[in-house]
Amino acid sequence: MAEIKNYTLNFGPQHPAAHGVLRLVMELDGEVVEKADPHIGLLHRGTEKLFEYKTYQQNVPYFDRFDYVSMMANEHAYALAVERLLGITPPERAQYIRVMYAELTRILNHCLWLGAVALDIGAMTVFLYCFREREDIFDFYEAVSGARMHAAYFRPGGVAKDLPEGLLDKIKAFTERFPGYVDEYETLLTENRIWKQRNVDIAVVDEQGALDWGFSGPMIRGSNIAWDLRKTQPYDVYDKMDFEVPVGVTGDCYDRYLVRVEEMRQSNRIVQQCIEWLENNPGPVKIDDYKLTNPPRAEMKTDMEALIHHFKFFSEGYHVPEGEVYAAVEHPKGEFGVYLVSDGSNKPYRMKVRAPGFAHLQALDYMTRGHMVADVVAILGTQDIVFGEVDR
Amino acid sequence: MVHDNLENKHTDMDGEALRQRFGAQILQVSQGLDCETVVVARPAIVEVCHFLKCERGYEQLMDLCGVDMSEHPAHRQDEPRFQVVYHLLSVSRNRRLRLKVMADERDLVDSVTEVWPTANWFEREAFDLFGIIFNHHPDLRRILTDYGFEGHPLRKDFPLTGRVEMFFDEEQWRCVYRPNTLENRVLIEKTWPGGDRG
Repeated sequence: MAEIKNYTLNFGPQHPAAHGVLRLVMELDGEVVEKADPHIGLLHRGTEKLFEYKTYQQNVPYFDRFDYVSMMANEHAYALAVERLLGITPPERAQYIRVMYAELTRILNHCLWLGAVALDIGAMTVFLYCFREREDIFDFYEAVSGARMHAAYFRPGGVAKDLPEGLLDKIKAFTERFPGYVDEYETLLTENRIWKQRNVDIAVVDEQGALDWGFSGPMIRGSNIAWDLRKTQPYDVYDKMDFEVPVGVTGDCYDRYLVRVEEMRQSNRIVQQCIEWLENNPGPVKIDDYKLTNPPRAEMKTDMEALIHHFKFFSEGYHVPEGEVYAAVEHPKGEFGVYLVSDGSNKPYRMKVRAPGFAHLQALDYMTRGHMVADVVAILGTQDIVFGEVDR
Repeated sequence: MVHDNLENKHTDMDGEALRQRFGAQILQVSQGLDCETVVVARPAIVEVCHFLKCERGYEQLMDLCGVDMSEHPAHRQDEPRFQVVYHLLSVSRNRRLRLKVMADERDLVDSVTEVWPTANWFEREAFDLFGIIFNHHPDLRRILTDYGFEGHPLRKDFPLTGRVEMFFDEEQWRCVYRPNTLENRVLIEKTWPGGDRG
């Protein structure tokens, strides 16, 4: 009888289904995965070290580059952390704008996720459909910040600028179209036989497993735990929003897919509620303290004090009182937290970013054991991994 | 604000419950901006975590990270250099808790992977970036830095520009390291309020 032994397969770091730069060393028994050891860090940029050498204002754009498919959600956590240490609350209009953009970002993220996962599993059309909607949201990003992706729009104390005229109408038109688009994705996938064969009963995570492995976001909700920071620990104006939290039943890849699709619909509802409020309530979009936010351009031209504030704000920055705070947001991928330690100066003493993908990717070994090699791609997809945040 | 003389024994406060259970092993309890902060004696950390998970409902370890306190203005010379900070989350009670353990370079911090398996990578990260050594960790390897990297980059005495740079050597036809010649340009000085800022 021929001797059969396990062999080791190296997957990545250059592989179209690795969602970036993941190197996965797998131990295989035939086609069955016995052990998966992700080697991460290929996209490590030392951002946490850089934070310590930059002022609070300079740190904002670095957050766009963590999870580079849901940029504003990252900034949101940072803005909240700094605001809590400063003891300030941004004006209500800024909070509504943030919630609206955070939810647009969730749609943006889930569109990329759905397109990429469907492509991994072999459905090309979904990818094209999803990217069509992403393009619309990128236009909304561009309209407020000038950048299609790395917006640097949410800032401690509010948002960078008020919405340009006519933008709300465009977003409103989008939210009216969008549920129809989600129906299109669902027609292609939800009852699709191949999609179900590839996802149903793959990587089942029970409630205990989800808790032990530090799951959050759609990953924990897929395992039947109704945990959503927007509901349980609301920040900004989420407590005024009417939306539901979808949960899965079995905790397999298919449930997590259904959860994310329903989240897109719910996000759309939140965006609509924000639009309605924003249309009727003009007002300031950042706190009225030129030590902490930059003064308006027009004022700088005539007022010397405003000019000094502007110079000070963009050169030395502002000082944040000594202390520590952990601020977490319900990021499209899970709980995105910022642990900020300040020593009272104009630069963070230490800032740790808690990335949801880091905890999820760690559980890859737990989730893939006993599955086929081909399922690894589906499982990696269901985790919604983006290496910008995993490697930091 | 330290609750040293807290009279009422309502066990809703986790710090108080820990005090009653562990006594002198709990070095400090304070109410932070966001959640309670408890400083735990290093040898007791695993027991404390077991207690918090099983009896206080902290099912999830959300974050674990190191902090190098050596250049912090409030840091005293006789205090240990590092803090290991644990952020716990209770899904059932909707509450957070921050634990801290102090450690020096050569101190061993017991790993909490037996309590929450997710601690594995977070501890590897703290080891990689700070050189904090976790005892009984199943697989304490570097995680974020390169294979064979030297030093611990998030320590305050590690230069921002690093010590080596990598380049492709045409003659050897492979990537090699050489000491880097970059200097760290500080464009904006670190300042504190009230200082003379010219």
